[in-house]
Amino acid sequence: MITIKNLHASIDGKEILRGLNLTVNTGEVHAIMGPNGAGKSTLASVLAGRDAYEITAGEVIFEGTDLLSLSTEDRAREGLFLAFQYPVEIPGVSNVNFLRTAINEIRAYKGEESLSAKDFMSLVREKSALVELDSKLASRSVNEGFSGGEKKRNEIFQMAMLAPKLAILDETDSGLDIDALRIVANGVNQLKSPENAAIVITHYQRLLDYIVPDFVHVLYKGQIVKTGGKELALELEEKGYDWIKDAHPTV
Amino acid sequence: MANYTEENLAEELENQEYKFGFVTPIDSDTIPIGLSEDVIRLISNKKEEPLWLLEHRLHAYNVWKTMEEPNWAHVKYKKPDFQNIAYYSAPKQSKKYESWDDVDPEMKATMAKLGISMEEQQRLTGVAVDFVMDSVSVATSFKEKLGELGIIFCSFSEAVQNHPDLVRKYMGTVVPTSDNFYAALNNAVFTDGSFCYIPKGVRCPMELSTYFRINAGGTGQFERTLVVADEGSYVSYLEGCTAPQRDENQLHAAVVELIALDNAEIKYSTVQNWYPGDKNGLGGIFNFVTKRGICHTNSKISWTQVETGSAVTWKYPSCILKGDHSIGEFYSVAVTNNYQQADTGTKMIHLGKNTKSTIISKGISAGKSQNSYRGLVQIHKSAKNARNFSQCDSLLMSSECGAHTFPYIECKNSTAKIEHEATTSKIGEDQLFYCKQRGIGEEKAIGLIVNGYCKEVLNQLPMEFAVEAQKLLTISLEGSVG
Ligand SMILES: Nc1ncnc2c1ncn2[C@@H]1O[C@H](COP(=O)(O)OP(=O)(O)O)[C@@H](O)[C@H]1O
Ligand SMILES: [Mg+2]
Repeated sequence: MITIKNLHASIDGKEILRGLNLTVNTGEVHAIMGPNGAGKSTLASVLAGRDAYEITAGEVIFEGTDLLSLSTEDRAREGLFLAFQYPVEIPGVSNVNFLRTAINEIRAYKGEESLSAKDFMSLVREKSALVELDSKLASRSVNEGFSGGEKKRNEIFQMAMLAPKLAILDETDSGLDIDALRIVANGVNQLKSPENAAIVITHYQRLLDYIVPDFVHVLYKGQIVKTGGKELALELEEKGYDWIKDAHPTV
Repeated sequence: MANYTEENLAEELENQEYKFGFVTPIDSDTIPIGLSEDVIRLISNKKEEPLWLLEHRLHAYNVWKTMEEPNWAHVKYKKPDFQNIAYYSAPKQSKKYESWDDVDPEMKATMAKLGISMEEQQRLTGVAVDFVMDSVSVATSFKEKLGELGIIFCSFSEAVQNHPDLVRKYMGTVVPTSDNFYAALNNAVFTDGSFCYIPKGVRCPMELSTYFRINAGGTGQFERTLVVADEGSYVSYLEGCTAPQRDENQLHAAVVELIALDNAEIKYSTVQNWYPGDKNGLGGIFNFVTKRGICHTNSKISWTQVETGSAVTWKYPSCILKGDHSIGEFYSVAVTNNYQQADTGTKMIHLGKNTKSTIISKGISAGKSQNSYRGLVQIHKSAKNARNFSQCDSLLMSSECGAHTFPYIECKNSTAKIEHEATTSKIGEDQLFYCKQRGIGEEKAIGLIVNGYCKEVLNQLPMEFAVEAQKLLTISLEGSVG
């Protein structure tokens, strides 16, 4: 699905990713954990194509194509989805109008016809039920006046609507109470298939009680410094990140 | 806008340039350049006007000569040379227009290109149109059908001939001749425009619209619109404007007067798309317009404008809330790109008791443009319990453009409640990135964000115009993020 090799990226001249390697195969769920400021969101942004970052070395192959040569929108159209840590508000643009535009842009890119209004609306009904998103939220302006939890749920709703090949969830669990967490995780699990994959960035192991990862990676100072199974998450929960820091003082 | 989808929008955006920049190859009867009493007599004579109107013009000319071009607006431009403008230019017609069949085929083709359909039986939506090209009204549709209800909708010139009493009674009662430099000039040299009268208690069953077109070079357009809504009546009026692409600046100085008698309501919408000049600021229309309405008891006037065109715009659609319980509204979107300059806003003059006004202004500046909101809320002593709510938002699309707000409040009655909110924001990189991450391309993303930002105003427009306005907003901002 995606292979990241020796990725170096900086912002405002400051190097954040320093030789990151990661391979995710179809059907897998990978968790990325790490202390604040390790570069988790930076990785997500770089993969999604945010301009502000400069890629100084490395390559990313996504489904056989050079991901870094694609525009942000083409990456999305090729099936990469990012659930934002801080979803953005777009006043005056309804969620449904936004998503309909997105879906039809993606379809046009693939040479497919636009979705009819009827088919689109039934998709909205089906997918909003999946994340138990109030149908009123679907017609409200994108994220405007949404609570923190509603914003996160809306991200998963959008993910469900766009059915990406690779979903990157950036701390989708933070700020969620246990019920919301269960709903979000449930949504993610239902969308899981042998054809797609997910990278779940999280701070806490509790999300991983609901979304069971195939691999857990520790990101520290811009590198993957440790990889293990789901038990690694428990170990991190117990010991904190200090033992990682101590083991890699010079990274 | 229910049936209008993003796909339709995309299709129509394919032609991204200013698409109304063409010139109609039609013979014009254009008088020599220059302004004098003789020129005014000539115009009046060509229009076979009554003596009172000629006298009105000559008086205005003398007033104008004593006035100076205003310079308080936040705009810079080379002052027009008033002796270098032709004040009358009419497309030549083989014979006088009696019915649609008499209209010159070139003219019909022009209207088709502008998307104006005059053939009543072919129109799906009921919109009556008056088409004004250069100095004259070319055609008006649905006249008879409206006539059955006693509604008068015709060119200003025709109104002068056929309804002189109404014209004489109301013309100049809202915008006096000496109001300002360009209003005075307009009174001296105006050539045509639209006239509309809605009788007592009649609700006009269709949108009335005037389409203004400047075609001939070296000319100015000085039009006049007068809308009178008699007691208890209702009308929704639309105005659209375009002009050819030329390197010269052409002057458009209009006067629009609205009169809402007791319990009447007038909704006046404008989509202004005069040629804005090229990317380097060459050419474009100088749009210096005086628009004002008066509200009698319990009446309402609502101005909605979407301003995307013109090199320089100077325009303040205003309401005099004379009658008790009357309501004035102003909804505006003003977009400036490249070297465009706009100084626009409104005046709400509260005289009556319990009068209410609402001002929603959305400015969008891109390129190297300058965009100013200028507003006055004036509460007179007599205006007990007056209310005003103003919201002025500015959106910046580049770091080289300017957005300015000049809100003035004068309050002489302590029972008044005045609320003012203002915001300035830069189009968010975050918002754009978010849209793109969902697969939406940059141009479309800007279109979505900007249209969302203007929604409150666009919602006020009749559907046909709302679609047009959405398209215009997107086109005017092509490639403008920087
Ligand atoms: N615009 C920026 N300019 C400079 N440094 C930045 C900028 N954005 C993020 N950083 C730095 O990059 C590092 C990684 O940030 P981030 O990827 O958000 O970490 P995480 O998501 O792992 O908490 C932090 O040290 C942060 O301060
Ligand atoms: Mg983060």
